[in-house]
Amino acid sequence: MALAATVPRLLRAGVWHRPLRPHLLQSATPGRARPGGRTLTSAATPAVSEPEGSTDVSDKILSEPLKHSDFFNVKELFSVRSLFDARVHLGHKAGCRHRFMEPYIFGSRLGQDIIDLEQTAAHLQLALNFMAHVAYRGGIILFVGRSRQFSHLIETTARNCGEYAHTRYFKGGLLTNAPLLLGPTVRLPDLIIFLHTLNNVFEPHMAVRDAAKMHIPTVGVVDTNCNPCLITYPVPGNDDSPPSVRLFCRLFQTAVNRAKQKRRQVEALYRLQGPEGPGAGGRGPAAPPSLGA
Amino acid sequence: MAAPCVFCGAAASYRLFLGGRVSLSRKQGVWKAAAAELQTGTGFQILRLRHTTGVTTKKNIAALRHEAYTVDFIKKQIEEFNIGKRHLANMMGEDPETFTQEDIDRAIAYLFPSGLFEKQARPIMKHPEQIFPKQRAIQWGEDGRPFHFLFYTGKQSYYSLMHEAYGKLLEAEKHQNQLQAKGLFSEKTKTKDLIGSRWLIKEELEEMLVEKLSDQDYAQFIRLLERLLTLHCGAKEEFVQRFRRSITVQSKKQLIEALQYDEQGTAFSTSEGKRKSAKAEAVVYEHGSGKININGIDYLLYFPVTQDREQLMFPFHFLDRLGKHDATCTVSGGGRSSQAGAIRLALARALCSFITEEEVEWMRQAGLLTADPRVRERKKPGQEGARRKFTWKKR
Repeated sequence: MALAATVPRLLRAGVWHRPLRPHLLQSATPGRARPGGRTLTSAATPAVSEPEGSTDVSDKILSEPLKHSDFFNVKELFSVRSLFDARVHLGHKAGCRHRFMEPYIFGSRLGQDIIDLEQTAAHLQLALNFMAHVAYRGGIILFVGRSRQFSHLIETTARNCGEYAHTRYFKGGLLTNAPLLLGPTVRLPDLIIFLHTLNNVFEPHMAVRDAAKMHIPTVGVVDTNCNPCLITYPVPGNDDSPPSVRLFCRLFQTAVNRAKQKRRQVEALYRLQGPEGPGAGGRGPAAPPSLGA
Repeated sequence: MAAPCVFCGAAASYRLFLGGRVSLSRKQGVWKAAAAELQTGTGFQILRLRHTTGVTTKKNIAALRHEAYTVDFIKKQIEEFNIGKRHLANMMGEDPETFTQEDIDRAIAYLFPSGLFEKQARPIMKHPEQIFPKQRAIQWGEDGRPFHFLFYTGKQSYYSLMHEAYGKLLEAEKHQNQLQAKGLFSEKTKTKDLIGSRWLIKEELEEMLVEKLSDQDYAQFIRLLERLLTLHCGAKEEFVQRFRRSITVQSKKQLIEALQYDEQGTAFSTSEGKRKSAKAEAVVYEHGSGKININGIDYLLYFPVTQDREQLMFPFHFLDRLGKHDATCTVSGGGRSSQAGAIRLALARALCSFITEEEVEWMRQAGLLTADPRVRERKKPGQEGARRKFTWKKR
């Protein structure tokens, strides 16, 4: 029963990371008699006895955060007031407006577009949550931004979270032709975060299109003159003012660091409990009830 | 079916063959191996022809071209080089422990004399680090995560250097702002540290970073360093000095030999001179009567031609010291005229020790202290000589 409830929840979270194991299915229906050989389905006795300890634990480590909507509590990192104070709501002039940004614009004041911070807050929460999950699972995060004013800040942010940055001239086939440019067995980034979606000539950054080609999810701060179409988790906001960019960098850094710290805690916990068998699983900050397996 | 028959037939023929005792002892091994193959194969299989052709698809060829030398390969090469060095020392009858690179070069030149003109085509035996180009190790760990945070830019060392330099620039600006706010800011000139040094060139920077750079990258970096220098911050000097190389300032002054004193107490001075392929060494004594000895022979007999003796006379005549010095010279190589020119240069240089600075400057202006750079021009194909063309025929 509990299993039937979690399946749609997992699907809703947008992740179906691993097909459910046959022995889990079997345990959910204990009363069923063993079927004959001819009616064999996947719910039959498993032929292989898996090493219960390690895979079970790693499964639990990876699946536990997916059961909560805000496992890393990213909501508390910012508020609409703090976004307003950092001037995130200030867009460009109405003439620079991109057509696809119109849903995110609250209005226009003296010719300058104002971004709707309620929507921004919602999008930002989704983006930070996704970013934290990726960092929790040990994914490679690449920070991209092409404004020379903030290049140093973005690189420092990336270095402080132990992730990677690219704020320089983007070579053509870096993502699409990576085995040739970077090495034969290179691992591509699992998430690309754009602090600036446009490059120095106010055209969409090539990495947006290339990431979409290579099936790499993206998070991007989109200003009123940017195209949010190809970005998985757009965050409408100001990408030109120093306080705004500093706020975003601080938020991203905190989210990633939190997620990594959480991962270390959970692993330490399971390592301690390992020989005795898994006790109470890793608790999220909201302390939800764990699944009865 | 045909196959088993063939098999039996082959086996039978083999047995017949052996029975005939035709096979020599060394061929028996081959036949035995063949028999083993025959027997291990299944009943329906004949001796399988194992042929290995070098099948190279297009992909393999491309990979071979960009082949990188692995760390193990280089280590193996270094071991082989060291063992080879010891063998070479033994061959030459020298001590393997104190066998230096110069000894190796001499030994190789002796053992493998080569008439090739191109020095780099001759056999060499050097340490593998000097032969194989420096390469980078794999840039990521077991889980695939790269080590450097700027790995995905492609030029991680260069961009990390730019990042570091820009960081220092920001720090310096902040520091300067703080000093200005407190009113302690003072204009200091630090240009004296830069005299006698130059920025390192693009090739040197590429070597330092083990990365290819473009001209614009290099120019950008130098501009950033110069901007850093304008900020007058003491703490950044060591960072900038890493990228400066000292230039040896060649002194344009004439090197004046020191005076030496022989047993009687007379001062003398020694110098060398060259002209074309003639080399000369002259010893000029302070007091004398104008006698010049060349290779033990008097100058009148060594140089029968007046022109050559005039050349010898020129330095003394210029300084009005014609009969006042004695000279002993040794000369080798070249011809009559070039030997005379070489001795003249040697005498002029030796005389610099006995005269004033002003007179040295006069000699220099007269051209007595400059080595004549002219050498014989080569003959070109399609011409009769260096300049002379073949006779031009109208038809």
